Amino acid sequence: MSDLTPPAAPLQEARYAGRFLFWAGIGLLVLWVLVPIWFLFINALSAPSEVTSFPKRFWPSFDMASLQFFWNFQGVTNALWNSVKVAVLTMILSIGMGAPAGYALSRFDFPGKEFFRVLVIMTRAFPLPLLALPLAVMFIRTGLDDTILGLALVHAMLALPFAVLITYSLFSGIPVELEEAAWTLGCTRLQAFIKVVLPLALPGIMASAVFAFVISWNEVFAAAVLTIENRTLTAFLLQSLNVSPLPLKFAGGAALVMPALIFIFAVRKYLFAMWGIANR
Amino acid sequence: MAEIVIKGVAKSFGAFTALHSVDLTIADQEFMVLLGASGCGKTTLLRIIAGLETPSQGEVWIGGRRVDHLPPRARGIAMVFQNYAVFPHLTVFENIAFGLRMAKLPQADVTRRVMRTAELMHIEQLLKRYSGELSGGQRQRVAVARALAMEPDVILMDEPLSNLDALLRLEMRAELKGVLAESKTTTIYVTHDQVEAMSLADRISVMNGGYIVQADRPTEVYRNPAARFVGSFIGNPPMNFLPARKGNNGRWHVAGQDFDGPKAQAAEFAIRPEDLHPAPIGLRAEVRVVEPLGPHTLVTAQVAGQPFRAILESDNQIKPGEEITLAPIPDRIRWFDPETHKAIT
Repeated sequence: MSDLTPPAAPLQEARYAGRFLFWAGIGLLVLWVLVPIWFLFINALSAPSEVTSFPKRFWPSFDMASLQFFWNFQGVTNALWNSVKVAVLTMILSIGMGAPAGYALSRFDFPGKEFFRVLVIMTRAFPLPLLALPLAVMFIRTGLDDTILGLALVHAMLALPFAVLITYSLFSGIPVELEEAAWTLGCTRLQAFIKVVLPLALPGIMASAVFAFVISWNEVFAAAVLTIENRTLTAFLLQSLNVSPLPLKFAGGAALVMPALIFIFAVRKYLFAMWGIANR
Repeated sequence: MAEIVIKGVAKSFGAFTALHSVDLTIADQEFMVLLGASGCGKTTLLRIIAGLETPSQGEVWIGGRRVDHLPPRARGIAMVFQNYAVFPHLTVFENIAFGLRMAKLPQADVTRRVMRTAELMHIEQLLKRYSGELSGGQRQRVAVARALAMEPDVILMDEPLSNLDALLRLEMRAELKGVLAESKTTTIYVTHDQVEAMSLADRISVMNGGYIVQADRPTEVYRNPAARFVGSFIGNPPMNFLPARKGNNGRWHVAGQDFDGPKAQAAEFAIRPEDLHPAPIGLRAEVRVVEPLGPHTLVTAQVAGQPFRAILESDNQIKPGEEITLAPIPDRIRWFDPETHKAIT
């Protein structure tokens, strides 16, 4: 026993160091995400005079002046409404196209299936700035420029890979025997889908819709390039960045982040499912 | 009336042939078991009959109607799946009522039929529950009740008991047999469990490598295997096989003994382990392992260098290492062609 003790001490030390690194890593990651959010909210919920002050208080003073100013700022409500419209349309488009694709991927074998899966993700690898100019030209020609639909189409393209992958994993999680049982019990393929698959997949489809909503809600580049009059909130804030006072920026930022955070938190379980992590 | 006729049904998945031109007729109200190891094509055949799989060629007739171009819903069948496939978003009641509602039966009829089948399967008290609140055995009952409620001409069952634990399986087996006999449907039942097959079937179709090797009554399949495979697949332990050599006197030399046999050029000797008994004259066997199993004793030995098993009376005093002589019951000896592996009669 005694000759085993000396190497045990460095081992203990290494384990300590490992654990320290582990928690330090987690701490860093958490701070990385939380500190900007904290800054955003503390400034948005404080009086405009406090925004530039230092040191910061940990809890905001819950002064609504900044938010009120933001709300009454010329064009904000309009931009907010545009954002909602584009996001809802994106949601409908990306689920309308993505869910059937996800279903086909999970249920059918067809040539080029794997290639298609890779292709779907590859659309995200294509840089949007490169696409922006030809897209703008094309939109002007077809009259889609500066319209809600035009922007929603671009956003749907951004959200589509996620819609396809999330619904693919959702449908794959529903045993095909359930559908087959429905067929033997008198259902057509469509009836079986509506009566059996849809009720089971609905929560996940909603989640993937919410995710598409958030992608559109937060998207700024395409929105800034493709709209002039009908700006969404992100494009509007970007446009007025250098002319607007600091409290407005923070309030706008908070207004943008808040719904996204809430939505993503609500559907987090399904987003994990996209990467094949079993959801509990 | 629902006789099922399968004519030359074949199925390939790419380069793999799951079924080679299968012909089978199943009589009205017959209980047919498709028995074979996994990958033998039994489930594929069942799924083709159900309409869940399209045959590459061949015809399927149910009740005098050709159905191989029809979707499952138009075939007058009901199916019980291996994993039960109980709809998790519906109550047990709604699960059983599902097919009846699809058939647009009036509510009163739906309720009556659901109650009756639920009673039959002893699940009346579970009707308000969801699948997640049921045990495996209860789910199994729901799946069978759902199929029975349809009052189908044909019930197809794909290894319905294989996910249950041993005790429950035994109980459900007996119950299924009673319920299905009463329902007067034609049943096709897929299993890899030979005991299940023997105990349930009117006829067993033994399948191997995409072929039906033998389709006959259970005792016949057991006593007179049509092929070496059937003898080696059915029976626990399976049949013993020994090479045989034709002697000058027209009899067959097997491990130093002479037996009367067929008039063929070449043959293989086969005997079931329980058709042997210790006797002064017989096959000389070197005992390796003795396993007392209660009602009888399983002896694993070597005869002429081949593994050889015998099921003997449990009051014998045989010990490993001993040499014994085992005499086969003459009319239980079977002969197989060493080339084609088919039975020689």
